Amino acid sequence: MDDPLIEPISSQTENKPAGEVVSEPSDDFVDLTNNVSVTTESAVAEIPLDEPSDDFVDILGSETEAQREEVVVADVTVEAAVAKSEVTSVVTESPGDGKTESNAEEEAQETSTAPIIDLSGDLLASDTQQPPVSDKITNPLVDLLSDDSPAPAVDAKKPSGPPQKSLFGEPDEDLFGEPLGAISKKTVSKEQKENKTAEPADIFTEEAVTTTPSMSNTSTVNSKTNGVHSEEDADIFSEATVELSLDSPQNERKNEVTAKPSASAPTSLSAAASLAKPQSAALEEEEAELEDKFDILVSYFYYQISTTLPLFRNKTFTVRRRFSDFLGLYEKLSEKHGPNGFIVPPPPEKSILGMTKVKVGKEDSSSADFVERRRGALERYLQRVVNHPSLIQDPDVREFLEREELPRAVSTQALSGAGFLKMINKATDAVSKMTIKMNESDVWFEEKLQEVESADQQFRKLHALVESLVVHRKELSLNTASFAKSTAMLGSAEDNTALSRALSQLAEVEDKMEQLHQDQAANDTFSFAELIADYIRLLGAVRGSFDHRMKVWQRWQDAQAMLQKKRETEAKLLWANKPDKLQLAKEEIAEWEAKVTQYERDFERVSATVRKEVVRFEKEKTKNFKKQIIKYLESLLQSQQQLIKYWEAFLPEAKAIA
Amino acid sequence: MTSIDESSKEKLRSVSVDLNNDASLLIDIPDALCERDKVKFTVHTKTTLSSFQKPEFSVPRQHEDFIWLHDTLVETEDYAGLIIPPAPPKPDFESPREKMHKLGEGEATMTKEEYTKMKQELEAEYLAVFKKTVQVHEVFLQRLSSHPILSKDRNFQIFLEYDQDLSVRRKNAKEMFGGFFKNMVKSADEVLISGIKEVDDFFEQEKTFLLDYYSKIKDSTAKAEKMTRSHKSIADDYIHISATLNSISAEDSTGNKKNLDKLSDLFEKLRKVEGRVASDQELKLTELLRYYMRDIQAAKDLLYRRARALADYENSNKALDKARLKSKDIPQAEEHQQHCLQKFDKLSESGKKELTSFKGRRVVAFRKNLIEMAELEIKHAKNNVTLLQGCIELLKSN
Repeated sequence: MDDPLIEPISSQTENKPAGEVVSEPSDDFVDLTNNVSVTTESAVAEIPLDEPSDDFVDILGSETEAQREEVVVADVTVEAAVAKSEVTSVVTESPGDGKTESNAEEEAQETSTAPIIDLSGDLLASDTQQPPVSDKITNPLVDLLSDDSPAPAVDAKKPSGPPQKSLFGEPDEDLFGEPLGAISKKTVSKEQKENKTAEPADIFTEEAVTTTPSMSNTSTVNSKTNGVHSEEDADIFSEATVELSLDSPQNERKNEVTAKPSASAPTSLSAAASLAKPQSAALEEEEAELEDKFDILVSYFYYQISTTLPLFRNKTFTVRRRFSDFLGLYEKLSEKHGPNGFIVPPPPEKSILGMTKVKVGKEDSSSADFVERRRGALERYLQRVVNHPSLIQDPDVREFLEREELPRAVSTQALSGAGFLKMINKATDAVSKMTIKMNESDVWFEEKLQEVESADQQFRKLHALVESLVVHRKELSLNTASFAKSTAMLGSAEDNTALSRALSQLAEVEDKMEQLHQDQAANDTFSFAELIADYIRLLGAVRGSFDHRMKVWQRWQDAQAMLQKKRETEAKLLWANKPDKLQLAKEEIAEWEAKVTQYERDFERVSATVRKEVVRFEKEKTKNFKKQIIKYLESLLQSQQQLIKYWEAFLPEAKAIA
Repeated sequence: MTSIDESSKEKLRSVSVDLNNDASLLIDIPDALCERDKVKFTVHTKTTLSSFQKPEFSVPRQHEDFIWLHDTLVETEDYAGLIIPPAPPKPDFESPREKMHKLGEGEATMTKEEYTKMKQELEAEYLAVFKKTVQVHEVFLQRLSSHPILSKDRNFQIFLEYDQDLSVRRKNAKEMFGGFFKNMVKSADEVLISGIKEVDDFFEQEKTFLLDYYSKIKDSTAKAEKMTRSHKSIADDYIHISATLNSISAEDSTGNKKNLDKLSDLFEKLRKVEGRVASDQELKLTELLRYYMRDIQAAKDLLYRRARALADYENSNKALDKARLKSKDIPQAEEHQQHCLQKFDKLSESGKKELTSFKGRRVVAFRKNLIEMAELEIKHAKNNVTLLQGCIELLKSN
């Protein structure tokens, strides 16, 4: 840690350095010009558990990013960039990180590890905040990435090289505080640029920092490999638990830090290999820190996801994703798995209103609420995906968790051309749903569908009620606050000393009550209302799987009708005695017969899957519901216990009135 | 039609005022009937005083009769130096009635069970308002009966004893306007005489204190009312949540059913506790503040009457000076001046006594209520804790 401490003067400079600077300047230091900053392991005194050479190499997302920006200019494709990036981005392995992490969760340690990291000046510049976080987290792994910044960063970096080092050294904390402002500005401009550039989705995507150290391989390669392996590794994943915690970087840094430390070393490539071996590893995903850039309307929130496979010696991947990436993942999954009858867990809805408020309104409590709600929802969403035995094996999921940069999910853009098309598709879907009349032969499905529909309705009602409870609780908090204030005034007007004292004590008690009610309102929201909102979403997904089953059934029916027609034509031809066409008709019949059997089999398969999925969903729901409710009740319990304490402290005061 | 029974009233009695109950004259309202807007109180008196014809009797009285009694007391010159107990507020059943109406409209959107619970809740609220009304009327009479001078008042005795309907006229429009006009004059007059230099520090201080205190307590009362209402809304939310959980569980065929059932039960119980929290706060805190707000108004009126007397005295002094200057009507002026001085002195003396005892009364009442409220809050919170713990254990054990 000591080494690293260089204090960057300007936030910007700091940022850059962070990215590029390695803890020990000389060793770690990579050439800025090249963009590649390799952090030597040696730099970090402590070597990670893993073999340094392999594990250590990390590709920094930052590189890519940097490249991207440049790329934009150059039109270089991302992949190409990757290659470069690899070079450019120095993988910094912080061997010591693992140790450091374990030892101390403190930021200081983190900082020390930080040095390891990379340098993507770009990132730094734009998101200084983020990088630090990532650094801390990833420390062990090394990497950093920076997102957007700067193409210029790369070039710029060279010059800035020395400063960067210095920055590096600086403690994370300082960086955080200062950098934000500067960063945000930069980011804005960058983002804007990006936007202008338009298509370069890749460029845009600012990558998250991947903690997983990858060998020299390009990030893309790594991800692929992971995917491949993943299937083998399925067991491991299935046990995984995902925890996403989004905190605003500043507040949560510490937490994250602590949390993150557990994860460490693995590399993507090496990781893949290792994964295969240790099948039992549990996956822990943490979405940590959302990095927010408070730039007006151009700002995005980034969610940092770290995934830990404990068995694998705490391997953690940390990746940064944007909200639209989550939507993109869902799109992919639901396209792939939906038609097969899988219940694909849905992510939270896009909320233009909420987000705009956050972007414009900045420090208002409702927007903080919104951010936290979304973070929680995304975390639970990912956890559900990861816990799903089939979905976790999907390469896209792996890629989402591990790959440093994702192609930008264009189709999720609200009201973009693609989005509009999608809306139309959905509309036609809805119409066809209404027109399909399925005579359900399976009582189980009929009953379940009814059950799901009425549960959906009831949960919606419940959600509205709990929301109104939250409103009332907030109202109570406000009213209690104003009563407390008023009582304090009354106490000051009272001329009996003891009574005056008691009244001001009462005011204090009521003040504490206010806080209690307010906290409880937050609990109502996060533990209860959100739980219900999740179910509403999930019930929608369940209905979706029923719909898919119906579609498959429809296809089968259509095929049967077609076969019937073909047979009729054959009969006609036979009667008309046209042997030349007869042959063709026979072939067609054979073809349709095959289709009918195929479709029938499809239908049976989908039905079986849906059935299995629904059973699984119900089981999960019961388990999860209980867990969440207990958590909620415990929060209620705690606030009541606190309340008792406050009033008990007040009682002697009241008795002392003479 | 609602009537209350003795036992429930016992709890409520004299929460806001501490009365030194003198056994020579005991008054209570054991029964009351509510017919539409009118509440008929049965005023029961037990006495050893010889000024009454019988030792025990009951008479029917309405709210208007109480107001009449209050007004005649205020208008009696001899009582100008006393704090006349504030008149009880008019029974107000509007709010529960309105809610009942709304509930009827919303019946379709609720399950039967939910509706029944809401209805019960409103009935309880209605009953609470009713009890409170009876209580404030009773407290008014009890304060009169415990006052050494006011308890001897002829009108008060008639009010207690006359076994027919008092048939007090309701104020007609002219009188209402007259009352309004009188108030206007009074406040204008208050402003005018406020310029007169106070001769007594005690009253000067009291005046500043009461004015300040009045505005503060008025604010606190309003805030406390709001706070209590919020508790009530939360209790209502719990009812709906409980009912909805119940209907979800009714249709749930999975293992979640049990969890939902328990949760629904819990919310039902929590709602009862929360409702109690709301009503106890209302009774112990809001009602206390409300009562003292009115009482302080009465004390302020006393100060006004004294200030008026002071102004009269000073005017009579001036008139005497003038008369002496003109050597005309000197004896009348002297007599008038003497009369004013006497009146003022008498007012000051009894006013001082009254205000001092008011202070003691206030402190005692606040102490009692604050202790009771803290104890009730603790009790309810402990109830909640037990309920929550029980439910958590049940869930966990499953």
